[in-house]
Amino acid sequence: MSVSTSTTSSARDTILGRIREALRMPAPLPHMKSHAAEESATGGPKGLTILPADVARPWLPDGGDTPEERLALLTENLGKLRAEVHRVADTAAAAALLAGIAHDRGWRTVAWHGHPAIEPLAAAVGCEAHRVDGTAFDKNALEACDAGITACDAAVAQTGSILVSSGHCGGRALSILPHVHVVIVSLDQIVATLGDALDLVRSRYAGRLPSMLSFITGPSRTGDIERILVLGAHGPKELIVILVG
Amino acid sequence: MTPGSSTADPHPIHEAEDPHLAKKKFLHDAAEHVRDTGHRAFVRKALGGYYASRDTQKARYRDWEQARDAASLAKWSAVNRLDELLPQFVVNFEANGGKVHWARTAEEARDIILGLLRAAKAKAVIKSKCMTSEEIHLNAAMEADGYGVVESDLGEFIQQLRGEPPYHFVFPCMHVRREEISDLFGKHLGTAPTDSPEELTMIARRHMRRLYIDADVGITGANFLVAETGQISITENEGNARLTAALPRMHISISGIEKVVANLDDLAVLLPMLATAGAGQPMTCYNTLYAGPRKPGECDGPEEMHLVLIDNQRTAILADPEQRDSLHCIRCGACLNVCPIFKNVGGFTYGTTYQGPIGSVITPHLRGLADWNHLSGASSLCGACTDACPVRIDIHHHLLHNRRNAAKTAPNRWEKLGHRLFVMVASRPWLFAAGGAAFRHTLWLMKKLRPPLLRDWLATRDLPAAPRASFRSQWRARS
Repeated sequence: MSVSTSTTSSARDTILGRIREALRMPAPLPHMKSHAAEESATGGPKGLTILPADVARPWLPDGGDTPEERLALLTENLGKLRAEVHRVADTAAAAALLAGIAHDRGWRTVAWHGHPAIEPLAAAVGCEAHRVDGTAFDKNALEACDAGITACDAAVAQTGSILVSSGHCGGRALSILPHVHVVIVSLDQIVATLGDALDLVRSRYAGRLPSMLSFITGPSRTGDIERILVLGAHGPKELIVILVG
Repeated sequence: MTPGSSTADPHPIHEAEDPHLAKKKFLHDAAEHVRDTGHRAFVRKALGGYYASRDTQKARYRDWEQARDAASLAKWSAVNRLDELLPQFVVNFEANGGKVHWARTAEEARDIILGLLRAAKAKAVIKSKCMTSEEIHLNAAMEADGYGVVESDLGEFIQQLRGEPPYHFVFPCMHVRREEISDLFGKHLGTAPTDSPEELTMIARRHMRRLYIDADVGITGANFLVAETGQISITENEGNARLTAALPRMHISISGIEKVVANLDDLAVLLPMLATAGAGQPMTCYNTLYAGPRKPGECDGPEEMHLVLIDNQRTAILADPEQRDSLHCIRCGACLNVCPIFKNVGGFTYGTTYQGPIGSVITPHLRGLADWNHLSGASSLCGACTDACPVRIDIHHHLLHNRRNAAKTAPNRWEKLGHRLFVMVASRPWLFAAGGAAFRHTLWLMKKLRPPLLRDWLATRDLPAAPRASFRSQWRARS
């Protein structure tokens, strides 16, 4: 690949050169409706500061001011997204709930990953439970599982999104390949906004980012056929969120 | 071989092979589609649900207009600092373990990707939706080199089986009826007929599962490149991009150089706005940030991650400060969904990778103003596109800018002569009055004779009845 490498490095120099040349002519600021945005745009060095987060966020959908509001908003948004939401007091109750769901729906195998919040559930689920993050796990076996059970990094009240990472939530496939995704959310993981969740990412993973971070907002869906909503396009048909605490 | 290439019907070419024919093709196809009222009604019906859900979601914003300011400013800041942010992104992306490849042209991009497939000894490739790959005609190049490639996005899969490019860059098969999809699946996958969108979706789901697991290489696009962290952000609904980036041993992502944003804070604004403007959702189902291949301690994921950064004339747009903001585009498709021209002529008529108003703005830059300036006229200048744009691109004014630039660089002799004649007449009151009188008395003759210069105009329009007296004499009579 040595030829290709030298081509690509001269391509890099050409493209970066063209960019520098093009930007010698400044472009006018975009037409903006609000003065706050304009002031913050011209305030910083070179007049090019990014909007500070606390300026941008009050315009987006509400994320709730108190833990109660955030919980209510998260539950409401998940419902609208057609996720299934359960609230239980503790891990033991979550394990009992999940065992009931597994029994009612006739699950034969579930997949899980090593995590203090998941282990008791896997132990009590009452069907075959494969741990995926120990030794190398077969993709075909994972595909055949009825459900994947994962922890999460955060839950976002504003949008009803669940943040999972490859580092702490069983890798990349566990939350997307099985037909049902069960996710355990502890109440203290609920944040108000996407911005808050991304702040959390920044502080928790600075310098050692997991290879994947995914905001999951409801079960997999498509509208590609006549713009009619169908759940379970390629990812999980069902998203079961168990709120613990 | 792919399902698309091996068994598809020979299909009309949707992209003008000879660029000089682009205008001719546009006029021909537009006339054809405008007459097809069934097609127009179907597309309008499909968009009806979008309008309703978009408005519901927009109402959840505490101030949609201010959010548009924030989004527009985030993109403006990034594009105008591309010289600084793109190298920053690349350093951070490579620190995460990914490898960056630079491509000046579509051809270089194709060669890089084919080189990666050769090096990986790839047998099966799975792709998730990526308009940049359409722009560089990647699938055709891969098939010519003997690689099987399957589009995993449902709409793209349907289009691949039909042997057609996407009709709309967000809703690829919005023009296809469920009966046609049922027949298509019956023919290619041997499935029983059904008129249920759900059952049709499940057929594609079942078909695709095996293919994700068996693929050696997964190819995706990219919606945002985050300079601060070196992550690639991919937005989708179906989960096919997640699977494409999870199961194969190599992940190749393709992106235009303009997709850079400064930091994660900007994503907090852009991700929900992309979903609301583009699909009427609070967020799309999966918004995923990738930082390189599988990390030590992680249980799965690809061994290698490559990113192909493509210029392909984007730096030419960057060099035009007046239209630089067209690089702010986040490809949400909102401008297509509200455009009266798009709704009447349909997506294929454009003959471009990017359809609708934004496509009409950027295609002349990407592929030459001389051959594509006719798209600048594919607009009623109503401004619905500009109002719909979540990042406030001045779309309909850019169509006017392109018309002006075309008039400067490649003036039309007849148009020039006409304007000169008009100036000559209009600046001499006696000649203007005489000309007006002549027109009033010969208008009936025009209708009858249909002179060649007016024939196209008269084909879809009626001449008004001639007034009995000139405006000036009527005005004098009143005062």
